[in-house]
Formats: sequence, C-alpha cells, structure tokens
Amino acid sequence: MKPATWQELIWAAVLVGLAAFWPMVTNGYWLGIGVDVMMYTALATSWMLFSGPTHYISLASAAFFGIGGFVVGSGMSDYDASFWSMLALSALIGAALAALIGLATLRLSGVYFVIFTLGLAEMIRNLVSWVQNNFLGSRGLYVLTDFTDTHLYWMLLVTAASVYLLGWIISRSRLGFALRIIGGDETVARHVGINTATTKVILFTTTGFFAAIVGAIIAPRWSYIEPNQVFSPHLSFFVVIMALLGGSGRLWGPVAGVIPFLLIWNWVDSNFPNQSILVLGFAFLIIVYFLPHGVVGRLEQLRARARGRS
Amino acid sequence: MYRRSLFGLAAVLAVASTSLFAQDMIKIGAIAPKTGPLAGGAVVTQWPNVQLWVEQVNARGGLDVGGEKKMIELIEYDDKTNPGEHIKLAQRLATQDKVDFVVAPYGTGFNIATAPIYGKFGYPMIAVSAITDKMEELTTRYPNLFFTLGTTTAFVDGVKEILIEQREAGTIGNEIAMVNVADAFGIELSVRARELFGEAGFDIVYDKSYPLGTPDLSPVMKGAKDSGAKAFVAWSYPPDSFGLAEQAIIENLDVNVYYSAVATSFPAFKGAYGNKINNVLGAGGTDVENPAIAKYRDAHMEITGKEADYWASANTYASLQILEQAIVGAATLDRDVVTQYIKDNSFDTVMGELSFENNFSNKFWSVGQWQDGVFRGVKGSNVDGAVPVRVKEGWSE
Amino acid sequence: MLDILVSGLLLSGTYALVAMGLNLQYGVARIMNLANGEVLVLGALAAFWLYTTAQISPILTVILVIPVAFIGNWLIYRFLLTPLVRRSKTQGALEVDSILATFGMSFIFIGIMVSIEGGFFFYKYLSEPIQILGSTTSLNRLVAFLIAVLIAVGLYIWLHYSRPGVAVRALSVSTEASGLVGINVPRVSALAFALGGTITAVGGALISTFITLDASIGVVFTLKALIIVIMGGVGEIRGAIVAAIILGLVETGVATLIDPGLTLAAAYFIFVMILLFRPQGLFGRRAV
Repeated sequence: MKPATWQELIWAAVLVGLAAFWPMVTNGYWLGIGVDVMMYTALATSWMLFSGPTHYISLASAAFFGIGGFVVGSGMSDYDASFWSMLALSALIGAALAALIGLATLRLSGVYFVIFTLGLAEMIRNLVSWVQNNFLGSRGLYVLTDFTDTHLYWMLLVTAASVYLLGWIISRSRLGFALRIIGGDETVARHVGINTATTKVILFTTTGFFAAIVGAIIAPRWSYIEPNQVFSPHLSFFVVIMALLGGSGRLWGPVAGVIPFLLIWNWVDSNFPNQSILVLGFAFLIIVYFLPHGVVGRLEQLRARARGRS
Repeated sequence: MYRRSLFGLAAVLAVASTSLFAQDMIKIGAIAPKTGPLAGGAVVTQWPNVQLWVEQVNARGGLDVGGEKKMIELIEYDDKTNPGEHIKLAQRLATQDKVDFVVAPYGTGFNIATAPIYGKFGYPMIAVSAITDKMEELTTRYPNLFFTLGTTTAFVDGVKEILIEQREAGTIGNEIAMVNVADAFGIELSVRARELFGEAGFDIVYDKSYPLGTPDLSPVMKGAKDSGAKAFVAWSYPPDSFGLAEQAIIENLDVNVYYSAVATSFPAFKGAYGNKINNVLGAGGTDVENPAIAKYRDAHMEITGKEADYWASANTYASLQILEQAIVGAATLDRDVVTQYIKDNSFDTVMGELSFENNFSNKFWSVGQWQDGVFRGVKGSNVDGAVPVRVKEGWSE
Repeated sequence: MLDILVSGLLLSGTYALVAMGLNLQYGVARIMNLANGEVLVLGALAAFWLYTTAQISPILTVILVIPVAFIGNWLIYRFLLTPLVRRSKTQGALEVDSILATFGMSFIFIGIMVSIEGGFFFYKYLSEPIQILGSTTSLNRLVAFLIAVLIAVGLYIWLHYSRPGVAVRALSVSTEASGLVGINVPRVSALAFALGGTITAVGGALISTFITLDASIGVVFTLKALIIVIMGGVGEIRGAIVAAIILGLVETGVATLIDPGLTLAAAYFIFVMILLFRPQGLFGRRAV
C-alpha cells in the first residue's frame, strides 16, 4: 500500500462533507442503500487497514460485527442499558477480542491465517448462542429505538470517516512504514528491527474495534437480534470481496469496491426477484475475469494509458 | 415493466403488467426468503399462499375497490434471509415501486425490523409467522402491525396443558426431557417453558440446547432417552425437527408424549416417516373437517401443486383474506382507512371469523397432532374442532 | 463410552466425505474452493430428486453422480479456473482470485438448485436402527461411513501406488518442481480438481440420506471442510482423515458428556488450539 497524500485527505474530506447531505436529498430506498454503503465502507476500510499492507486475509469481520449487535441487543433487552453505553462497551469488547486474536495468530501465515479467523468467528458465534441460552435467559433481543435511517447513516458516516482518517494517519506514520515493510517481506522487516508482532496486533485491534461499532450501530436498524444472523459468516466474505474488488493498493480502494458492488447487487435484486442469487453469481464471475486488479487497478491502468497517449 | 420475473407467478402478471390500463391495477408487494436458512420454511408456508391468493383474486376479475375492479400486480423479492437486505427491499417497495399494500414478512425478526418502515408509510401489516410476548409494546409502537398466530406464552401453555392432562391420566410422570435449538426462537420458547413447566410442578430432568446446524443429533436423543422421562419436548426449527424425529425412531425413544415445534406440521414430515410418526405432537394444527379449510386445502393443492402445511399456511391465507376484505370493505386504497377498517371489523376467513383486539387476533391453533395421516389441532385459542390428544405408543409403522 | 466411539466415528465418516475433496482441490490444484459445500448439496439434490421422482436408490445415484460430477468439475477447472491460474503470478494472487470466483460459483449453484427445489430435500432412506457394539445407530450413517472408508483407502492407494497418483502428490509438494520433472501440471491439476469435486458430490448424495439439506445450506459444509483441511494440513489426505476423526469424536464426546449446546464451539476450539501449537496443521509441511 502506498503512503496516502494530503491531496487524498482533502478529497476525502470534501467527499465526506458531500456525503453528509445525502439524507437531505433522498429518502427511503436510496437512503437505505446509503446506509449499506457506509456500513460496508467502514467495515471494508477497517479491514483494509490490517489486511492491505500485511496481505493477511481476515475472515473474522462477522465475529466483531456480531459482538456489536449482540452486546447492544442483550444490554438493551436484558439489562435496560442505554444504546450509547452499549455502543461503547461493544467497541471495547471488539477491540479486546481482536487484540487477543491478533496475539494468537502471530505464528500463522497464508491460508492458515485465513481459515483460523473463520474458525474463530464460528467458535465465538456458537459460544455466544450457548451463553445466551444458558445464562442470559433472554426473551428475545429487541432493540427498539427512535433512530431513523438518517441518524444511523450519519453515525456510520462518522465511523467510516474516522476509519479513513486513522488509516491516513497510520499510513504516514512510522507504523505505516513498518507495515509496508512487513507486507513486502516479513523476514526483512524483522531484520531491520521492526517489532512485527506489536505492529500487527495494533492494526488488527483497530479492525475489531470499528467492526464492533458498526455492528452496534446496525442493531437498532434490525430491531430484533438473532445471534445466528448477526454472526452470519456471509458478512465476512462480503467485506473481503468488496475490499478486494476495490483493490488493495490504496486507502480509498474499498470505497471504490463497495459502491459498484452494492449498486450491482441492488440492481440485480430488483430486476431478477426470483433468481437474484443466480444472477449475482454471474456478476461475480464477470467482475473477477474482467477486473483482475480491482477497480483501483483498472483506474490506474486507465490513467497510465491516458498519460502514455498524451 | 421489464422488472417482473420470468418465472412462476409472473406468467399471470405478464398479461397484467403489459396492460395499458395501469390504473386498473392494485400493486401488492411481498418480500420473504427464497434462499438462505429460512427459505425451506417460507417456500412451504409463505410463498404458495401468496401465489394462491393472487391467482384466485385475479381469476375472479380482481378486487372491487369502490365499484372499480382492480387486478393484483404482485411485486416479489427474495430477502435471502438477511435482515439488512429485507429492510432495503421494504424501502424499495414503499418508495420506488410505490406498492399499494404489502404482505407481511416471514419470521419474527423480519416483521419487527420492517415495522418502522411500513409504519412510516402507513401500510397495514398483518403478521403471521411472528410469535412474541412483546405484542403490547410492539403494537403500541407500531399501530399498523397486527399479530395473528399467537404468543410465545400461548404456545408453551398449549404444551403445558397436554402435559398436565397426561400426568393426570397417568401416562407420564413429573419428569420431562426438553431440548431447544440455540437460536432466538428456540431460546425464547425454552425460557418461557422452564418457567411455566416449573410452576406446574414438572421436573425438567434433561434440559439441553443444541446449536443451529448440528449435523448429528444422536447424542441429544440418547441423552433424552437415558433421562427416562416419559415426555419429550423440543423447541426446534425445520431441519432439526426432522433430525430429532429420525433419531427418536432409531433410538426407539420410549415416551408417551413427543412434541417438536416448527415444521412438524409440514406434509413432508408424514411423507418421509409415514405412520411411524403417528401421534407425534407439534406446533400448529388445523381442523381438516371444517369445509372452509378443506376447500382451501384443495385449492392450494390445485393451484400451487403443493399440499398446504397443517399450521400457518391457513393463517397466512387468512391474513391475505383480511387484507382483501378490508380493501373491498373500505372501498379505497387509502392505507389509513384500510388499517382502521381492519381494527374495527371482523372478517370471514378460512380460519373462521377473525377480528382484532389491540391489534391481536386471539384465534389460532397452538398444538396439533399427527393422527392417522392427518395433523389435527388439539390445543388452541378460541378455535373449534379440537380433537382429544392421543398417547404416543412406539415408533413402528 | 462405546456410544461416543461409535457415533463419533460415524460422524467422522461424514466429515471425511465433506473434506477429502476440498483437500485435493486446494492441496493440489491450489484452488480455495468456496463452492465446495454447494457441490456437496448438488450431489444431495440429485439423490433426493431421483429418489422422490423415480424411486432410484441413493446408492445407485452415487454411481450416476460420479461421471457427471467428474466431467462437470473438470469443465469448471478447464474453462473457468485455468484462466485465473494462468494470470496469477503468485499463490496469494491465485487465492484471492479463486475466493472471488468460487464464491460467485456458489451463488450460481444455489440459484440453479433453488429453481429445482426451493424447500428441504426431505426423504428417508435406510433409516433403520442397527446395533454396533451394543450401541444403536442408523444404517444410512453406517453405509456412508463404509463408503467414506472405501474412498479414503482407495484414494490413499491411488496416490501412493499409481503413476497419476504420484504425479498428484508431487504437485501438492511443489508446482514448479513438478513442472520441471516433466509432469503435465495443468492436466494433473484438472484431474485433482475434478476428482475432488466428484468425491464431494458423492459425499453429498450419501449425507442426504441422514441429514435434511436445502439449497442454501452449502456454506455450513464449506466452513467445516475448510476447517478440517487446514487442521489436517494442506494437501495431506491422511491429515484430513485424522482431523475428521478428531472432530467427530470431540463433537460427540462433548455432546454426550458436557452439553450438546457446546458441540460446534468445542469443535472450533480444538481447531483453534491445534493451529496455535502447530501453525501448519497436523500433517502440514512448514511453509518455505
């Protein structure tokens, strides 16, 4: 991943400013898509903070997202806690859990890391269901609030913007430099005196922190939390796919993947109501074959070509 | 109108949607799973009834709205059993497709998740596949939301009554073996059951949960068998209700009361196990002797090619009949008027006369039993035609 | 205790059926196949559909499935995956591409299956009780277990004592080196992929006799298969089998002795623990 520039930050700030007005100009369906875009942008960008530079593909997003949703659901339903305190608590739990996972996975590499995170996420999902069943005695996890999509959209926008800003700061810091070396060659990184372990753990912790926040914010939208749905492994796959579709070279890569992905998804959903999943499958394949390096790769290729011509 | 699909219902709609007289149409939106974990249940209980109702209404020439016949144009989406997806599609129905009315979703969580959206646009939502004990809080918050299938407590109460009767008859003792699927539905019911069974003096000697998607339920059944209890209760979902029955047959579970919750009422349950599952109890029930139900079941078979289930199928169809009668009765497409009409009137449906008190229709079956190839209602609330409970005697053909 | 051993081993047979195919596909052809579970469910759908419409025994379906699945998977590898293999310069790039592509394929398979049967594949075959060492179990599970053993032994012998088998094993050690010693890498990869898909589909047909599946349930099996393959070590058929046995015994043991609510959690816990102490899996080679 390349270090981010001031120019990029200014562009991002302008875009965030513009995005904040989205609920003013639209409503209902398109606002709903806006919520989805912000949700996945926050998730995919925070995923990219860790996985982009290190090339470690994590499939644990659903675990943190689920923790967020579950903590809010259980707290508000079983203990009459406020949404905001549960949001804070879920962020802490998400971060702590991510730090633990980060420490545990230091020795793993390649596909072993990928599947480890997947297995761990499944373990957490089953443990949470078991704990709820045996100790919390829940009569359904209801999250009934007065938040509208506009509120949730803004909350997610703030989250996504924070992730981006953090990523921008990291990429220009010593930490970011260290990460780029690790991504290039971990052995070299160790030899030049970089504490690869700490670096990786810190980054993974931020991923967990933000994914839990996103899960917590989405909980009021879903209103009724079922552990098996908030922890659904599909979410982890979607985050990875959107981020990869965007391309991993740039901090803004995930956004470039999330938006077209969700637009295609929704177009298919509404045009092929009976076979949306089949058509989505074909759309996936087309993307893989015709966008080998993601949207970012394609854009840079086009730019290079334009430059070559001029 | 390229959006309408190529398959199924669309055949009817294709004619309709190319009609030049769009104002003669009434748009009804329906979202439910066609894929994902809940699809297996929705394709039995939800989708065929939507199809049946739309085809029947259109065959009659449409709905009479204030003297004007309007054909139904159905707009359907697959939520893939994903709440986020469902919410977005509901917004689409309301703001893009601008449908006139909606069919309530399939599943408790989905009904609650969409209530704010449909509420905002004033759509009456006659929920069927949604069971909760929070009805009062929910209907106060969402005055457009109606419940028709009963409460969590009612479902547990039905089972409790049977257990008490059987204890008095001496076929079972105080011991009960109880298992549940560790998901929202199973947990909620088992928590309530622990309270109510305990109050009734029962001792739950085997009380375990199992995760959704457990590939081998034999340890669960062996545990229940070893407990020696003469009554077995499972708060289970479709795939496990089948799996538990299979294991009970193999282990030859020696009980006089056997109950499993959702999907016990599916015709496929009998289709696979034949008479082995005779006298098995399950959630739901119906009165097949009732001429209205019999006529409905025949039409269901004829039009959808599938047998209706013996529980929520009839309720789902009844909810659509209520919507139909309310639109016709209110003689308008104004949703607030129609919602008010639903609150104020009673409706003649396959489930008999239905009306709402505080948005709740207190007429439903809670427990049914497979008796000689038919799943008959044995316990319910304000329903006629309940038959006496029989004792389960072995698992042979 | 005997109950745990018998039930646990039978469950291991199921898991072996789920994972052996993916092990070949990933270990040899280097394709992380996220559509593995859907291929399994396709096999199950074939068994269900033929049984309910034409009363064809699932055992016969297994035989019918073999050529169809082999050709189908071979075509998938040849036409859909080979371009990805060619264009990717590193193993990492291929992993990313194959994750995306096979995820798309899994959706396509689900779509196809839903249009054939949207509900549960609900039928009953050989669900007769049978006593083994004093423990009751069902005949269909035993049959699936025996066939799993047959496939495992057959595969082992083939991999170790036949020319193409040895080529497959060589490929699982090193793609580059295999090319250098004159092994036709694309052809052997296609063979391994097709064979893997066939085993998975056969497994699905057998599993459908005792587990009620539906079109959307594939992901559950994909997750399990990935866990088993990684736990055993990539490209090691022995590893997958040992991992399957461990999972089967642990799940049944925990369900019987502690709490059925913890079965899956315990299985994933064991997986996590094994990777913590052996990051390359039980039988895996240390990455170079």
